[in-house]
Amino acid sequence: MTPARKKRLMLVGLMIFGVGVAVALALRAFNSNLMFFYSPTQVVAGEPPKGALFRVGGMVVKGSIQRPGGGMTVRFALTDNRNTITVQYTGILPDLFREGQGIVAKGRLRPDGVFVADEVLAKHDENYMPPEVAGILKKPKGMRTGP
Amino acid sequence: MSLSEFLHMGGYAPYVWPSYGIAALVLWWNLWVPARRLRQVRARLRRRLRREEASR
Amino acid sequence: MMNFLHRLASPPHFYRISGRLLPWLGAAFALLLVAGLVGGLYLAPPDYQQGDSFRIMYIHVPSAWMSLFIYMVMAGAGLIVLVWRIKLAELVAVHSAPIGASFTFLALVTGSLWGKPMWGTWWVWDARLTSELILLFLYLGVIGLYNAIEDKRAAARAVAILALVGVVNIPIIHYSVVWWNTLHQGPTVTRFDKPAIATSMLIPLLIMALAFNLYYFIALLMRLRLALLEREAGARWVANLLAEEEA
Repeated sequence: MTPARKKRLMLVGLMIFGVGVAVALALRAFNSNLMFFYSPTQVVAGEPPKGALFRVGGMVVKGSIQRPGGGMTVRFALTDNRNTITVQYTGILPDLFREGQGIVAKGRLRPDGVFVADEVLAKHDENYMPPEVAGILKKPKGMRTGP
Repeated sequence: MSLSEFLHMGGYAPYVWPSYGIAALVLWWNLWVPARRLRQVRARLRRRLRREEASR
Repeated sequence: MMNFLHRLASPPHFYRISGRLLPWLGAAFALLLVAGLVGGLYLAPPDYQQGDSFRIMYIHVPSAWMSLFIYMVMAGAGLIVLVWRIKLAELVAVHSAPIGASFTFLALVTGSLWGKPMWGTWWVWDARLTSELILLFLYLGVIGLYNAIEDKRAAARAVAILALVGVVNIPIIHYSVVWWNTLHQGPTVTRFDKPAIATSMLIPLLIMALAFNLYYFIALLMRLRLALLEREAGARWVANLLAEEEA
């Protein structure tokens, strides 16, 4: 490689390295803003700003879905397997909303600890399989999908 | 599975078919534009070539 | 080998060889596309949770992969432009951008069409979706910058710098679902611990990915041929070629 080319290669390398470091620092600084949602544990610990609109993500606890009044309002428990909070929501739920499913709710924390959501989004997992396979895998209790 | 069942996509037809349609449109357009330009450029060059031969 | 590469890089040879190659590539692409569509839309079973809506995956996922792959090709060509000043690399970098932008656009739109029924929203500003949108802007920036600068060789160098700076976005897109909480789910195919997708669903996905790769190659070759012919319109070989075809 000629000296001129070597020099240009070094310059390009330095440029990419510099931009990479700058972006990495910026991402570190804004890390909390890049988090799309808080976990129930963070909510219980009081991390989200009081009275502000924020998102909570977790799994809908099996058997916890209630419909008080029988209308569009649902109440369910949301967990990250360490802490659990109660979420209340009025409106149309996405197709994937069901027990044991990951969801993200946006809303405010009421003083009594109930999270009142005005939006519920379903988070689907990264597994894709036919229904028959899913049925077989579900049988042995506690077994994870796949080997 | 019947054709209408297939087209119904388990109720997700309004999401599945537009996805495939938009993809087909974008991918087709991406080939059609350079192909048409190439035809135009070649036709122009050929005309110029003929003119040059005629004037020689 | 080097000799072959040099011959390939010369415009007349490139034009001739690519012209002979294109019909074969087109046939292979058509075959893979049909196989992928039949496999994805008909043969693959519906997903246990998402039903038939998961079939959007066969457009969405290969498009997203291609949006990253083409960017890496563009940046790689940009590096060659800056260091070795090879003309063909300039054309590869510049003409990859519209194809890459198309795939990024498709990944975003099909993701939106998938997100509405499954997540319950067309769009959220989570790290994965936002970084993919930035990728689209990077592609559009490359296209705009190249068209804004009159001197095309200088323009190619400016584009190369922009493309290389934007490379930092690629690992961010890929790892966004791991580094941050996102609504978008984690990686499926590139996981090593356990198969997260049934084989009957995976095979059409890989076929579609291969088809999209071929498509990129075809679209790029067509654009390169066009660019060469336009740039070298006055050259001897172009006149010869046209005369030859006339005869």
